[in-house]
Amino acid sequence: MKPRPFDYLRPDTIEEAVALLAEYGDGARILAGGQSLVPMLNLRIVEAEALIDISRIAALDAIDDRGQTIEIGAAVTQNKLLAWPQLGQKLPLVAAALPHVGHFQTRNKGTVCGSIAHADPSSELPLALALLGGEIVLKSQRGIRVLAAKDFQKDMLTTARAGDELITAVRLPAANGNGIGRGVGFREVARRHGDFAIVAVAAVAESKNAVRLGVGGLAGAPMVRRIAVDGAEKAVREWAGELEGYEDLHASAAMRRDLFCNLAPLVIEEAIRCTA
Amino acid sequence: MHRVKRNERVRVALTLNGRRLAADAEARTLLCDFLRHTLGATGTHVGCEHGVCGACTVLIDGVATRSCLTLAVQAEGRAVETVESLAGPDGALNPLQQAFRDNHALQCGFCTPGILMSFTDYLKRNPHASEAEIRDVLSGHLCRCTGYAGIVAALKDLTKSSP
Repeated sequence: MKPRPFDYLRPDTIEEAVALLAEYGDGARILAGGQSLVPMLNLRIVEAEALIDISRIAALDAIDDRGQTIEIGAAVTQNKLLAWPQLGQKLPLVAAALPHVGHFQTRNKGTVCGSIAHADPSSELPLALALLGGEIVLKSQRGIRVLAAKDFQKDMLTTARAGDELITAVRLPAANGNGIGRGVGFREVARRHGDFAIVAVAAVAESKNAVRLGVGGLAGAPMVRRIAVDGAEKAVREWAGELEGYEDLHASAAMRRDLFCNLAPLVIEEAIRCTA
Repeated sequence: MHRVKRNERVRVALTLNGRRLAADAEARTLLCDFLRHTLGATGTHVGCEHGVCGACTVLIDGVATRSCLTLAVQAEGRAVETVESLAGPDGALNPLQQAFRDNHALQCGFCTPGILMSFTDYLKRNPHASEAEIRDVLSGHLCRCTGYAGIVAALKDLTKSSP
């Protein structure tokens, strides 16, 4: 199918983009890579009064290593981040998760921030962001807001971004030299590689005895909890029961809980093994 | 700032396979339709129109891109390459095309242009791709003839013989 008519606006600067958002408000959609937005426009699942194309704003196309955090601009594509030589060292969880995001061809255009803005409940990058405790930088004519991941993604495809705000960047805490954040695990189950995950599970080791465990696909947003390695299987089962899960075309809620309970021990083991 | 009003037709200038061209498009015109209907470059095929099947993959500034997920206005000023760019002026197949021919890597041929363009980009980055890497990139395409074995064989042939 073809999209309905919309205005197309290509600002040259962040300031122009933010001014356009103030002008159009909720009727505007930000177009960066378009790999989530354009399919929805083509299928007429979403309608937009205007698309604001930020892909040529040079100031947004940067990966900024600030030591403790890595700031990734809104025009940075997934393949650009994947090809960043420091990725495995600084963001090992993202290095593990990113190859599961779509395909080579969609990662060429799809952006890191776009995937986070889209906020699919089982999507890999929002899960990594939540698990690492990252932040989202939002800019409007009213000023700049920095939101923690847990305050940003509210529910399925729903975020705390106001209609006049532009996500300019996402900030992810870097793994440090003491080994904190180095031990990571990531697994997902999808019908085919590159499809949306049914359930995605990730872990970051805090020590030899405990991990931060995150799961996507069991609630409207990724969920994160600290889990002790001793008795982990029981703790995961209890948590899965609390989260309930949801049912869609691809899986029942019970299947999602079951996938989580089966993936979690593998991911925890991977994370702990990496710290050794 | 570039502004295009809905239903307005604007001039889109781009380079297609080395030729500078310009033609009119609406804001909502998809690049795949602009190539096929407006510019007459019908080598690019359109399958699912939501980025899943990969048939419409072209290169934009050398990077493999779904042309059904790209607006024509987004390609303004860019260099677009399609399957028509691959063979020589005398019709001689390039090494990628020849490998497909030698290995019976196409049946109906509908998915072929997109696969050729994907690997034109990927093999430039990774000329000695492993079979696992080839299969990973190929997973971004659907061949409804299910001719994947021949496609993988062609690409393995090519990556083996790459200098």
